Amino acid sequence: MKTDMVIAGVGGQGILSIAAALGSAALDNDLYMKQAETHGMSQRGGDVQSFMRISDKPIYSDLIPRGGADIILSVEPMEALRYLPYLKQGGYVVTNSTPFVNIPDYPEMEELEKTIKDLPNYVLIDADQIAEETTGSKRAFNFVMLGAASPFIDVPFEYLEEGIRKIFERKGEEVIEMNIKALHAGRKFAEENK
Amino acid sequence: MQKSLLLGVEAIAQGAIDGGMSGVYAYPGTPSTEITEYIQHSKQAQQLNIHRDWAANEKTAMESALGMSYAGKRSMVCMKHVGLNVAADCFMNAAITGANGGMLIVVADDPSMHSSQNEQDSRVYGKFAMMPILEPSNQQEAYDMARFGFELSEACEIPVLMRITTRLAHSRAGVTRAAEVVAQNDMKLPEDKVQFVLLPGIARKRYKLLLNNQAKFETASEESPYNTYTDAADKSMGIIACGLGYNYLMENYPNGDCPYPVVKISQYPIPRTMIQKITSECDKVMVLEEGYPVVEEMLKGYLEKEAVIGRLDGTLSRDGELKPEMVGRALGFDVEEGAEVPNLVSARPPALCVGCSHIDVYTALNEVVAEYGEGRVFADIGCYTLGALPPFNAINSCVDMGASVTMAKGAADAGLIPSVAVIGDSTFTHSGMTGLLDAVNEKTPITVIISDNESISMTGGQHSSAKGKLEAICEGLGVEPEHLHVLTAVPKKRDDLKDLLRKEFEYQGVSVIIPRRVCVQKNVRDQKIKKAAKAKAAAKA
Repeated sequence: MKTDMVIAGVGGQGILSIAAALGSAALDNDLYMKQAETHGMSQRGGDVQSFMRISDKPIYSDLIPRGGADIILSVEPMEALRYLPYLKQGGYVVTNSTPFVNIPDYPEMEELEKTIKDLPNYVLIDADQIAEETTGSKRAFNFVMLGAASPFIDVPFEYLEEGIRKIFERKGEEVIEMNIKALHAGRKFAEENK
Repeated sequence: MQKSLLLGVEAIAQGAIDGGMSGVYAYPGTPSTEITEYIQHSKQAQQLNIHRDWAANEKTAMESALGMSYAGKRSMVCMKHVGLNVAADCFMNAAITGANGGMLIVVADDPSMHSSQNEQDSRVYGKFAMMPILEPSNQQEAYDMARFGFELSEACEIPVLMRITTRLAHSRAGVTRAAEVVAQNDMKLPEDKVQFVLLPGIARKRYKLLLNNQAKFETASEESPYNTYTDAADKSMGIIACGLGYNYLMENYPNGDCPYPVVKISQYPIPRTMIQKITSECDKVMVLEEGYPVVEEMLKGYLEKEAVIGRLDGTLSRDGELKPEMVGRALGFDVEEGAEVPNLVSARPPALCVGCSHIDVYTALNEVVAEYGEGRVFADIGCYTLGALPPFNAINSCVDMGASVTMAKGAADAGLIPSVAVIGDSTFTHSGMTGLLDAVNEKTPITVIISDNESISMTGGQHSSAKGKLEAICEGLGVEPEHLHVLTAVPKKRDDLKDLLRKEFEYQGVSVIIPRRVCVQKNVRDQKIKKAAKAKAAAKA
């Protein structure tokens, strides 16, 4: 059992909550995990990524080697492509289709979508919309994304639910349920569209 | 025992708390900031009454930590690598005074310069000071070595340097905590009453002692549980792996079956007998180290007699951090890379936040500077360094903490008038004040803009030592009241700021303009905290 995943997005989008839920899930189930993240200067609206590694054997490197990631999970479509050098052959790109435009030279959406659809294995999902439809708020889009990546993560799905429960423990049942709903909706979409 | 999910920096913090620390001293700097923040947020640290406030800069932090060690208690000081330059005076001399209570100096290097001006390797400083160095290779070691570092410091009677790098600092893993928390030391002054008095006569004796103790430090490295020799059959090559280098080595042998003998180094001075054994038994030696080729250079020597490969001969890149695939290639593996980044992917550099007060400052400044000709704005280190990027392209320098004021002074001395300094509030109290005093004393024609957002923002909004003190500091240093101005940094006041800049650019002496508005990020966080506190109070009532 081993999954290496690059989680990508833009500083401020909250990709670390995805990593936190996964990390908690891994640890509570006696799996090894390492998760490297970006802090400091690169946070201010710049591109950010987190390397998430989960395994039932000890993990050495905090970094995923290039060509070694099973999954790129991106909460923003252009950022998904930035990490293609890390994706292994046969690996999956799971990305939100809602762009985060804070630069003047953001590519044309049509071209961007075409590039993603030319990839051998991808899930392109409008996580913002699905979050809004299923939970009434866009806020849970991160967990729609985790749900959409879950079919390719070599960790039992219940572990992910547990992870969400754990990290939102203090925020109350309502927040937990909202995010778990989002997780299920994301998974359902991926199962139907992978 | 239940594992805790901790960043490398958090593991060090928890290890120090559990290891009997009485105080942490620090100035924020990526990737070291969260060590102190973790301790500030720790209930355990609060209960144990551990000192955990921010210091004005790394030098004051290091000196305070040394003072706590003098008094017999365990202290820790944390900084980023370039912070050690600021604290270097105390650091070098602390090796000579020695420590009384255990003192741990944690320095976080940033190879590949993710958030820094250079990628200097703090092990060079450790060697320079002739101090023992610890270099954990993973989060568990980071936790264990904080406690171990205090013990080592007390056993060797010298501060101990712990060197980490970005990837360990900002990577999380499960960490098992020690079963028992070490009690803090009681206050106990040094037996030798002049140990810390570095008058030449005493310093010479203390320096000799430091030299004589090198053998003791080496023995400690030989016996350290963190330095290991793993033998293997293939002697065509031996591998010396320092700190994180060990992880990248083992990543390439997932079943633990490295065919070559391996020396893992996590404590310095380097363990001599292990090094002698591996170099004599193997045809050649590859050195894997994060940062500078420190060990490689020691082994290779100027005459390059030894068969040593690594960063110096191009087997590994000379600059930047190590990467698992880079090490894999060096080991002769056929490394597969993924696809290339498609051309349509644009760069997404960090930028000033929407509504940031620095935007108001640069917008006004750019207009006025254009009237005088560009190339005269000396900036400093903080969020406002992003003024170097489009759309502003507003600044001409960013060198070290405080350099804006003094570089503007030097340029004005050379005839570049007006010369302008742009510095943040916290950077000003960190290292800008003394430079301003130089300028005041010489009545140098410079205009200093202290862009005050009442926060140390780039590192996450820590408390600024300058808060509420800037006008008094400037007046105290001798800035004339009629050339000291404070105004709110908002779009509505941009014309006022421009008028002020034009007026002060013409003044043949020191002017200070303080555009002030709290950091937008800090404001949001503060409001959240206020709201939470209110809700809590309401729930209680």
